[in-house]
Amino acid sequence: MTKRTSILLFIIGLFVLMPMHAHAFCGFYVAKADASLFNEASKVVLARHENRTVMTMANDFKGDTKDFAIVIPVPTVITKSQVNVGDNKIIDHIDAYTAPRLVEYHDSDPCMRYEMMAMQDFAGAPMAMRKGSRNLQKSAKKLGVTIEESYTVGEYDILVLSAKQSDGLFKWLNQEGYKLPKGANKVLKSYIKQDMKFFVAKVNIEEFDKSGYTYLRPLQVAYESPKFMLPVRLGTLNAKGPQDLLLFTLTKNGRVEPTNYRTTKIPTGDEIPLFVGKEFGDFYKAMFSKAVEKEDMKTVMLEYAWNMSWCDPCAADPVPNDDLKKMGAWWIDQVYDEPMVKPMPGQPQIMPRRAPIKPGAVDVFVTRMHVRYTAESFPEDIMLQTTDDKKNFQGRYVMRHPFKGEASCDAANTYYKGLEKRFEKEATNLANLTGWDVNDIRAKMEKNGQSFDIKLAEPKDDDDDDEPKKPWWENMWND
Amino acid sequence: MSIKILFSSILVVKKTFMKILSALNADPRHFQILTLSSLLLFLTLWSDFSPELHVMAMIVVAALGTQYLCFKFFKIPSTDYRSPLITSLSLALLFKTNLIWLYPLIAVVAIGSKFFIRINNKHIFNPANGAIVLGLLLLPDHVWVSPGQWGNAIWLGFALICFAALVLSKAGRVDMALFFLGSWMFLLLARALWLGDPLSIPLHNMQSGALLIFAFFMISDPMTTPNHRWGRFIFAFAVALVAYMFQYVFQIREAIFYALFIICMTTPMIDLFLKDGFYQWRKT
Repeated sequence: MTKRTSILLFIIGLFVLMPMHAHAFCGFYVAKADASLFNEASKVVLARHENRTVMTMANDFKGDTKDFAIVIPVPTVITKSQVNVGDNKIIDHIDAYTAPRLVEYHDSDPCMRYEMMAMQDFAGAPMAMRKGSRNLQKSAKKLGVTIEESYTVGEYDILVLSAKQSDGLFKWLNQEGYKLPKGANKVLKSYIKQDMKFFVAKVNIEEFDKSGYTYLRPLQVAYESPKFMLPVRLGTLNAKGPQDLLLFTLTKNGRVEPTNYRTTKIPTGDEIPLFVGKEFGDFYKAMFSKAVEKEDMKTVMLEYAWNMSWCDPCAADPVPNDDLKKMGAWWIDQVYDEPMVKPMPGQPQIMPRRAPIKPGAVDVFVTRMHVRYTAESFPEDIMLQTTDDKKNFQGRYVMRHPFKGEASCDAANTYYKGLEKRFEKEATNLANLTGWDVNDIRAKMEKNGQSFDIKLAEPKDDDDDDEPKKPWWENMWND
Repeated sequence: MSIKILFSSILVVKKTFMKILSALNADPRHFQILTLSSLLLFLTLWSDFSPELHVMAMIVVAALGTQYLCFKFFKIPSTDYRSPLITSLSLALLFKTNLIWLYPLIAVVAIGSKFFIRINNKHIFNPANGAIVLGLLLLPDHVWVSPGQWGNAIWLGFALICFAALVLSKAGRVDMALFFLGSWMFLLLARALWLGDPLSIPLHNMQSGALLIFAFFMISDPMTTPNHRWGRFIFAFAVALVAYMFQYVFQIREAIFYALFIICMTTPMIDLFLKDGFYQWRKT
């Protein structure tokens, strides 16, 4: 091969590659796998910078509100001004924004040189304490429990306790209606010796009725301590089987990771059959279970890591700065609430996509970790650290719609031949990801119009077989 | 005839195996290089957060290059590049930064520290450990260590290889690794007993790959640890104690690295009181 032909081939190669490259990230967002899929998933948002932490606990309590009670070990005494009752909507927004997503592409006409983009809809998205407080103090003191703080915030009655010994605390909490499971005694003892305090909350029914809400709002706690961790040990005691936890962290620097457990990225980027679009929830659940099983339930799954100012493709709009501040991102100063990318006048909005106004406009990095755990697989509380890793990661699954129009040319045949292979790959991808039977998958694909028996298009040239072929120069000069 | 061929081929295999074994045995660092590189390979294949190939290459090239330049500068007639290779493998496994140029720089600092910071013919800081701590102290917003990135299976395999290397290589100073792991285990068990925690917690904490790299490749570095056996025991226990304080009292996640950095400075003092011969990698 001469030098010139190789250069020529290289240039042709570039042209062939270019359109593919340009469309590599133009999927349309169609579905998301948010926390509502997982029945027993609790959601926690931790905003952390320097030694300051704001913890927001989503409340998905399903029973009678008067039965609701929580006990959370905290590193410091929490005064009334450090507690806030937040808004579920913001947590749901963060959940939706970071959720694993399904994107779809439409194959172009294999005979055409340009690409058509279809427009796709964007689917986005205790008891009254003041009364007997003196009695409370007395009974507590008897059992070696000190009530450090006692106040009502929103619909919650809150106590902050410290204790000298676990037996007394265990007994007192049970007396007061906080039903702690057996074995909690030992865990309480460990926390007491580590100089942890206990943040306990119940619903104040009067306040709750007055508030007019029909559901419980999330509790928010702000504190300053070098301890950056998530206490999970008490929660594992009364759980029947594994629990799911979605941990969202907001930091200035970068991705958050556990230091005492391994982090694994959720499988991402695979092409999967089209029927998954209708059952994305089931797909994600099966895939998550398989991924967790593979790691013996011993790892923390990373589902999303991205700067909050943009996304591509977006499962939901980025959370506005005002809301991020409410979630504890106190280091943000400027507020930008304008939509970041607007479609050009007269042009359709090709996909929900947002780019930062300027690099670093929003100093918030969000990490979404999904943990499935039992007392055996996660014996210790999850210790965390902020890294400076700003690499983007998202759980993203791709559906590719084959070209549906009529096409008849040599390129079309190559395209159709390739489709069969592609469908097969999609089927095995899905089987590998979820553990579903590959034959069932193939059958479902056939039903859904992804047939493996593809008839090749007959090129137009063949139609004219009867007519004698004209020499190529014939039409050159004669009209 | 065929039996003869079989026998002779078995003999050849045996001979090559013995050759490899004796080559490995010639210097304990051969085992270390083998262990670290297989671990790196393992992580590259199975971990989602393993160092990228170009990062590893940058670190190795920078470390070996610095060693070469230092040999030239100090007019040392040596061509031994095993130690800088171990240092660069340890760095590739532990050191993390979001500044790409910092990877080769940290390797240069690590190797440079061996030549420029010396007392009594010994360098003071273990090169990889010193460089990691320096990075953490000077660029806290860009440097981190991920101690959680090890699965149980990897940990178990790694622990086995380390112990095998320990037994096979008969290296003089690997007792340090055992002294340290013993002290650390003792402190964690004592803590669990005091808190009333189940034993699964200290056992879980021992299963850290970073801890093993630290024990077998950093604290056991004969060039930075006391010469006398008793001195080494005191040294190992002191590192464990300081690391415990940092980790559980001050909540510092990179506690062991800071602890070794601090205690390394006492080695010349310990050597002054407890006298013994210098260590040489190859026994002549």
